[in-house]
Amino acid sequence: MPEGGHETKLVLEDLRKAYPGLPVLDGVTFDVAPGEFVSVIGPSGCGKSTLFNVIAGLERPDSGRVLVDGEDATGRVEPFAYMPQQDLLFPWRTVLDNTTLGLEVAGMSRRAARERARPLFAEFGLSGFESAHPYELSGGMRQRAALLRTVVQDRAVLLLDEPFGALDSLTRTDMQTWLDDVRTRFGWTVLLITHDIREAVFLSDRVLVLGPRPTHVRREVSVDLPRPREIGLITSPQFAAIEEELLAVLRNGSR
Amino acid sequence: MTAPRTGARRTASAVVPSLVLVALGLVAWQWYVTAAGVRPQVLPSPLRVATQGWAFREQLWANTLPTLQVTAVGFGVSLAVGWALAIAVDFSPWLRRALTPLLVASQTLPIIAIAPLLIIWFGFGLLPKVLVIALVTFFPIAVGLIEGFSATDRQATNLLRSMGASRWKQFRYVRLPGAMPSFFTALRIGITYAVTGAIFAEYVGATAGLGIFMSLQKNSFRTDLVLAAVVVTALLSVALFVLTYLVQRLVIPWHGKERRRA
Repeated sequence: MPEGGHETKLVLEDLRKAYPGLPVLDGVTFDVAPGEFVSVIGPSGCGKSTLFNVIAGLERPDSGRVLVDGEDATGRVEPFAYMPQQDLLFPWRTVLDNTTLGLEVAGMSRRAARERARPLFAEFGLSGFESAHPYELSGGMRQRAALLRTVVQDRAVLLLDEPFGALDSLTRTDMQTWLDDVRTRFGWTVLLITHDIREAVFLSDRVLVLGPRPTHVRREVSVDLPRPREIGLITSPQFAAIEEELLAVLRNGSR
Repeated sequence: MTAPRTGARRTASAVVPSLVLVALGLVAWQWYVTAAGVRPQVLPSPLRVATQGWAFREQLWANTLPTLQVTAVGFGVSLAVGWALAIAVDFSPWLRRALTPLLVASQTLPIIAIAPLLIIWFGFGLLPKVLVIALVTFFPIAVGLIEGFSATDRQATNLLRSMGASRWKQFRYVRLPGAMPSFFTALRIGITYAVTGAIFAEYVGATAGLGIFMSLQKNSFRTDLVLAAVVVTALLSVALFVLTYLVQRLVIPWHGKERRRA
C-alpha cells in the first residue's frame, strides 16, 4: 500500500482546474500503487469527469502535476488507457479491428495489431466474434470488447469511466466479477469512476470519496476484503459496513 | 443466405404502391384526353407520348447520351469541390467561419439568370453546363459532409485523443467513416438536382442533349415529344438515384445492417 513502502504507479499532486467562473478541481491529491484498484466516487456534477480528463491528458490542469512511475505525465496521454462511458465501438470496423484501433493509431501495422489482440479474445469471452460487427454483440460483450481495446494498448494505468453504467443489473454483476478476476490475473493498475457505491466497494482496494464542486478528496476508505471477490460478499457485514461509511460521507457532502 | 431475397421483397413492397399510383394517374389522364377531345398539341395522351417517344427513340437516345455525359462530368466536379471544401472547413475553424456564409450565398444566385451569361462567356461547349450542375449540386454535398464530420461524438474524439491520435488520424479513423451515411444522403439529393441542372443548362443553349431537344420540340408544338423527353429524364434521375444505394451498399455495408438491428 502506498503509505507504507512509497511504491507508487500514479501520483496526483494538488490538481486544480477552473473554467471561467466555475472552479472544478480544488487541490485533488492521491496516489495509486502498482496493481492497485482504486475507485473514485462523488456526488453528481462534482467534477469526476473533469478529473479524469485531466489525468488522461485530455485537459490541462491550471496547476498541480500528474506523475506516473515518478515522471511528470501532466497533459500526456501515453501513460493512460482510457475507457469512456459509452463503448464507442465503431460500426464500420469488425470487433477485432475495433479492439486494435489504439494500436493502429499508435502506428502499428494492422496485421501486427491483430496478432496482438487476437489471443485476448478467449480471455474476454469474445472467441468466435473476431470478424463480427459490433451490432451483433450483446451489451456485456460490447463492454468487454471496449475493455479489450483499452488494455491491449498496454499502457501503465487504466482509466475506466463508469464502464458498466449502461448495462442491466444482472449483466453488470457478471461483468464486475469477471473484471475482478481478469484484472487480478493481469495485474492491471486501475482507476475507476463510478456512481455505484456497491460496484466501487466490490472491485476496489481503496475507494476515494470526492466532495461537491469545487472538489477534493474528502475521504479514503480501504476495502480489506478477501480476493477473489465473490458475489456472496455483497451481503456480508464487513461489506455493508464499508458501504454505509461511504454513503454517510457522500450524504454529508451533498448540499 | 436469405438476405438477398428479403432485400428484394423489401424493395418490391416499397416500389409497388408508387407504381400503382402512377398507373392510376395514367389511366385517368388517358380517359380525360379521350373523353374531352383535347388537341395533342395542348395535351397528348400518355399512349401518344409512348408511341411517339418510341418512334423517335433514336433521336431521344442520341440526345440522352450528351446529357448523361454532362451530368457525370458536372457532378464529378461538384463532388470534388464539395469534398475539398468540406475537408478544408473541417480542419480549419477559420475557413469554416469564412466559407459558411459564402456557401449559403452561392445558393441564392438565380441560376436562371446566370446560366445564359455562362453561355455568353464560355460558349456552347461542356464548360458552362458543368458549371451550372456544379453550382446547383455542390452545396448539399458540401453541407452534408461538413455536418457529417462535425456530428462526431465528443467522447469518440476524446477516445481517439487518449490513444494519441493526431487531428488527421481522428479524421481518418472516426470523422470520415462516421460521415459516410450523411454523405450518401447528400449524394442522393445532389444527384437528383444534377440531371435537372443538366437539362436546364442545355435548355438555355446546347448543340445536343435532352434539354435542347425539349426546347426544339416545344417550339414546333410537339408536346408529345417534350413529354417523352421528360419521361426519359425522370427515368435517368431514378436510375442514378438507385445507383447511389448500390454504391452505398458497397462502400458502407455496415450502415443498413446496424440500423435494422437497432
